[in-house]
Amino acid sequence: MRLKKNIATSEAGFIFNPGTGDSYSSNPIGSEILSHLKEDIDRKELIDLICSKYDVDRIQFEKDIDDFISQLTDNNLLDD
Amino acid sequence: MKFNGKQKLVIAVTGLNAIDSPGPGVAVIRAIRECPDFDVRIIGLSYEALEPGIYMHDIVDKTYQIPYPSAGIEPLLDRIRDIHERENIDLVIPNFDAELFNFIKIGPQLRNLGIHSFLPDLEQFEARHKMELYEFGKKHGMLVPADRLIYHSSDLAKAAEELQYPLVVKGKYYDATIAYTSEQAQKAFNQLKSKWGLPIIVQEFINGIEINIAALGDGEGNTISVVPMRKLYITDKGKAWAGITIDDSSYTNLARKFIKATKWRGGCELEVMQTKDGKPYIMEVNPRFPAWIYLTAAAGQNQPASLVKMAMGEKVEPFTTYSVGKIFIRYSWDLITDVSEFQIISGTGEL
Repeated sequence: MRLKKNIATSEAGFIFNPGTGDSYSSNPIGSEILSHLKEDIDRKELIDLICSKYDVDRIQFEKDIDDFISQLTDNNLLDD
Repeated sequence: MKFNGKQKLVIAVTGLNAIDSPGPGVAVIRAIRECPDFDVRIIGLSYEALEPGIYMHDIVDKTYQIPYPSAGIEPLLDRIRDIHERENIDLVIPNFDAELFNFIKIGPQLRNLGIHSFLPDLEQFEARHKMELYEFGKKHGMLVPADRLIYHSSDLAKAAEELQYPLVVKGKYYDATIAYTSEQAQKAFNQLKSKWGLPIIVQEFINGIEINIAALGDGEGNTISVVPMRKLYITDKGKAWAGITIDDSSYTNLARKFIKATKWRGGCELEVMQTKDGKPYIMEVNPRFPAWIYLTAAAGQNQPASLVKMAMGEKVEPFTTYSVGKIFIRYSWDLITDVSEFQIISGTGEL
């Protein structure tokens, strides 16, 4: 999965869809995940990356990342 | 003709009512004044003594009142002639739907006086009229909500049966109400009838995201500029109080298609509803610049200044890019004047 090419993000966690004018904000970890999503990455790779860097419960994080990805999908921010 | 920044143009502009549902005049002037290619003297043309633009002396150099559109073309022509004798007007830019018919009609006489304009012809003007838009869309393959023209309130029930509630009940020139029941439709019919006359347009309700597109055509089918804007904040009158430029080729292509089909000459605004499944419906086409037109200048496509150049005979190349993510946020400001100024415009018809 990958963030659509035209989606603009900032280090502060701001997300802007220039095609619709919609904007969103995310927290620092969301922003970090988005930076990984600028390149094509699969779910497992993403989970491994974050879990190796932070002291986080893997099962909880898997639930959170699924929720986050589902929000990105619902808002049409990921490549089909 | 090529401007070099030294020419002084005298440009007459209407639509100075910068109120909560603003006319485009002040924004048009602001954009024109920002263009470095020419110097301008702005003549405001007003209808009422409390139009704020009259008192914005850094925006409008001198204002003259003109007769209401309902007075017809002769009084308007007489008044413009009179103003022209004193001001030597180069160009007139009308900005109200209701006055455009008259200004288009007197275009040849104005031209004989040496006053330029850059307006659609009557055929183009009528084709995009609310009352003709559905047929226009059908003819040119553009999505337009189905509608019915209603002359008697008793016809509402039949229209509702065909189009189903909710319906949009629209005035001939301005105003629209969403009606969910026959009572609401009846009330809207009566209000709009007394305000704008007949017919009333009853239109299929389309749910979606509101996008407005400001576009400028050269009259030969070419689009000189097109800038789509997503409304971010909408007033209870349905006007954009904040908006952002967006990048979606389906909107720019739609505007280009409209301009090509009509050979539109001048500025226009397409009001579009993008449905959830991505279909852009044209809800309305306004035959003049919108009140948010300054955003086009801020985004790098100064449509009013380009119109001035084309009206004065300069060939303008189509713009190819604009800044995406440019936001306008409208605000209110209490302009202070004095009864001494108010009495001059009220008593003499000029300030």
